[in-house]
Amino acid sequence: MKLTLKVWRQKNNNTKGHFESYAVEADEHMSFLEMLDVLNETLIAQKKVPVVFDHDCREGICGACSLVINGRPHGPQVGTTACQLHMRSYKDGDTITVEPFRARSFPVIKDLAVDRSSFDKIIQAGGYVSINTGQAPDGNAIPIEKDQASDAFDSATCIGCGACVAACPNGSAMLFTAAKVNHLEKLPQGKVEHQMRVKNMVKQMDKEGFGKCSNVGACEVECPKEISTKNIADMNRYYFAAVFGGQS
Amino acid sequence: MELKANIPEGPLAEKWDNYRGKMDLVAPNNKRRLDVIVVGTGLAGASAAATLGELGYNVKAFTFHDSPRRAHSIAAQGGINAAKNYQNDGDSVHRLFYDTIKGGDYRSREANVHRLAECSREIIDQAVAQGVPFAREYGGLLTNRSFGGVQVSRTFYARGQTGQQLLIGAYQSLSRQIGKGQVEMYNRHEMLDLVKIDGKARGIITRNLLTGEITRHAAHCVVLATGGYGNVFYLSTNAMGCNVSAAWRAVKKGALMANPCFTQIHPTCIPVSGEYQSKLTLMSESLRNDGRVWVPKTVEDAQAIRDGKKTGLDIAEADRDYYLERRYPAFGNLVPRDVASRAAKIATDENKGIVKTGLGVFLDFAAAIERYGKGEALSQNIDNPSKEKITELGEGVIKAKYGNLFQMYEKITGENPYKYPMKIYPAVHYTMGGIWVDYNLQTNVPGLFALGEANFSDHGANRLGASALMQGLADGYFVIPYTIGQFLADEIRTPKISTDTPEFEAAEKATKERISGLLSVNGNQSVESFHRRLGKIMWEYCGMSRNAEGLKKGRAMIQELRKEFASDLYVPGSKDEYNPELEKAMRVEDFIDLGELMMVDALERNESCGGHFREEYKSPEGEAMRNDEDYTYVAAWGWDENNMPVLNKEDLVFNNVELKTRSYK
Repeated sequence: MKLTLKVWRQKNNNTKGHFESYAVEADEHMSFLEMLDVLNETLIAQKKVPVVFDHDCREGICGACSLVINGRPHGPQVGTTACQLHMRSYKDGDTITVEPFRARSFPVIKDLAVDRSSFDKIIQAGGYVSINTGQAPDGNAIPIEKDQASDAFDSATCIGCGACVAACPNGSAMLFTAAKVNHLEKLPQGKVEHQMRVKNMVKQMDKEGFGKCSNVGACEVECPKEISTKNIADMNRYYFAAVFGGQS
Repeated sequence: MELKANIPEGPLAEKWDNYRGKMDLVAPNNKRRLDVIVVGTGLAGASAAATLGELGYNVKAFTFHDSPRRAHSIAAQGGINAAKNYQNDGDSVHRLFYDTIKGGDYRSREANVHRLAECSREIIDQAVAQGVPFAREYGGLLTNRSFGGVQVSRTFYARGQTGQQLLIGAYQSLSRQIGKGQVEMYNRHEMLDLVKIDGKARGIITRNLLTGEITRHAAHCVVLATGGYGNVFYLSTNAMGCNVSAAWRAVKKGALMANPCFTQIHPTCIPVSGEYQSKLTLMSESLRNDGRVWVPKTVEDAQAIRDGKKTGLDIAEADRDYYLERRYPAFGNLVPRDVASRAAKIATDENKGIVKTGLGVFLDFAAAIERYGKGEALSQNIDNPSKEKITELGEGVIKAKYGNLFQMYEKITGENPYKYPMKIYPAVHYTMGGIWVDYNLQTNVPGLFALGEANFSDHGANRLGASALMQGLADGYFVIPYTIGQFLADEIRTPKISTDTPEFEAAEKATKERISGLLSVNGNQSVESFHRRLGKIMWEYCGMSRNAEGLKKGRAMIQELRKEFASDLYVPGSKDEYNPELEKAMRVEDFIDLGELMMVDALERNESCGGHFREEYKSPEGEAMRNDEDYTYVAAWGWDENNMPVLNKEDLVFNNVELKTRSYK
């Protein structure tokens, strides 16, 4: 299939970016990123500068790839990252716009790559259980109800890609923060310091300059791991309980 | 060079405990004055950096990724082994030790492997305490599944994303230390050289991948946890960024690369679909708990499927060759990876492959879906369930066990694996070879340590499934925090290492010259094209099946490729910006050297063992034939300034196991 790609090019964070058009030939079995590889091989053969984009695992689990494809983070499919998107989703003659994640807290580095270190800072503020290596009791010491463990997994499965932020018109990181808070809140191991955790993580999230949540719900639609906005609702409850009802 | 493994005295099962009781310690006030560099923050690196930080050392951690959570450990699917014997099925520390030594085809160090089995239990406890959401039974306790090469259920898992959850656990612990200021984290920094002062590893040279800035970092010791080198084959299940460079730079500064030809080809990966293929996707070994591997009995049926005239559903049971069950009754579909991979190659060499390229076999879940469906109907008290109901219930069970894996398969191939049998084929997955280390995980360079897949130690010639996660975390949480003290106890009087020394200056200068050199070749061929060609040479001549003539030919082709690379490489862009092509150029340059060494290593080892199969050394039934009399040693290679390999041997002594022919019949 012959396609037209409109790709965002930006030299660095201090330069204005712009769209450039490219003609590409793709095969339906190719992944989207393999198609970008083909584009880049062509550009390199022409001694031009290839398009920069972050990627690594190419199987939907590392969270590195961060493309907005025809206006949607990770493209059109439900529960799919950009690297899992395959060209059979497109047809001959299509035009595809490819942009970076757009959010104040994700400054553009170059072309399609953005800086998501703000996410690491939120985890560093409390997204953990405060135990040292070697102190743990036996793994079976605390029975956890099967569905409760499964529920915690549904929140823990967040890959830290930032699509939620990119999808949100406010640039809010609530889904990301709530996923981690819920993961640890739903397990007895994480429950011990749950009040301090939610307060500290929300504080850091705000400090990083993310927008506020106004219940738009776009995050849930675009999340490649299909994490539910129920996580946000639950985190709001934990947060208010911690701030107004908890220990200092 | 004499290689000393430094194995402690005493009975095997007591060595580690006794050693820890007697080893040199570093007092808390002294830990504060000691600096440790950790390169790589996957499972082994993150767990090491976090634990060393908790202990009070000043840690600087480096990753070329934008965050430790991107390490390729994140993609590990099936599970992690531990000798907890929660399933009461005969497991024990000794059995895990024995299964691992046997699975490694008797080419690993007994003492290291026993310690690994001992530490495995604490890893589960640690992970649970961190909040890793392992799968549970209805009673609330942890559940297990089986993996290839073993007859017990000792694998703990979190759906098909166990690596993700374990890495996130380690990343969370690391994040806690970063938040406290105990670990300084350098994201988007790639190690480009090791610095030695007076023979000891005292630092590294890094490049900031965003700005191109070259910086010196000093410490009292350096820990490499930089993963495996599967990408030397270009196509592998590794992530695109995985590389051997940090380890290889250490080898060029005097460390040794041990058994590099011991590479693992995983039997169940999604087959290649075209020339543009950038990597291969793993389908977890855990699927072989329920999936049955088969090809059509006749070449005609196979051809019809390849031509699209028939599907797997059209082949009757009687016309199917469930070849693993046929050849290996005792283990069936759960034979170890090397055995399963070679069996698939034999099936497709016989022209019975079921994808267009001929390189594919079936992994079928129909029987499992029916079995689970009937079981569910029974527990739900449904009398006379219809075939559709059984299928629906069975698919529900499969989805709960392997959900994300089936989804991943469908996204990539466009085929529904609940309906049609999955198509799979072996692909390069893991590297048992790596940096040579002693019992302390220290290399032959004092102060340089290697952990996880980056080192060679515990898996011998073939790794069992669910052991990589176990080894990375054992090394990082429970071994290096102790054994590093043996080295650092002698360094408590050593002041902070300065970066203002001739050794740092020389390494920085050499690195800058190397970068300028690669950018100035200004030839016509992209890095990717060289990498693809290297990969094809490696897969053809040093892949599942090797022979002397092919290895010599492969080596010569690589030497030619090296010359072409040096004279016709084109790297766009400049060094002072985010330039992935430049990064790749340096990594491929190192892969070319490693590839040549692998050919040499495979040629030198005149036997077949584990993942190293030499056609000249096989049994009449086509199984690997070891030569224990002549080859029970570790081949630890140096690489001198003239690109010449230098062999050093560590003899392996087995006092606690009898070397038997590895049979899974």
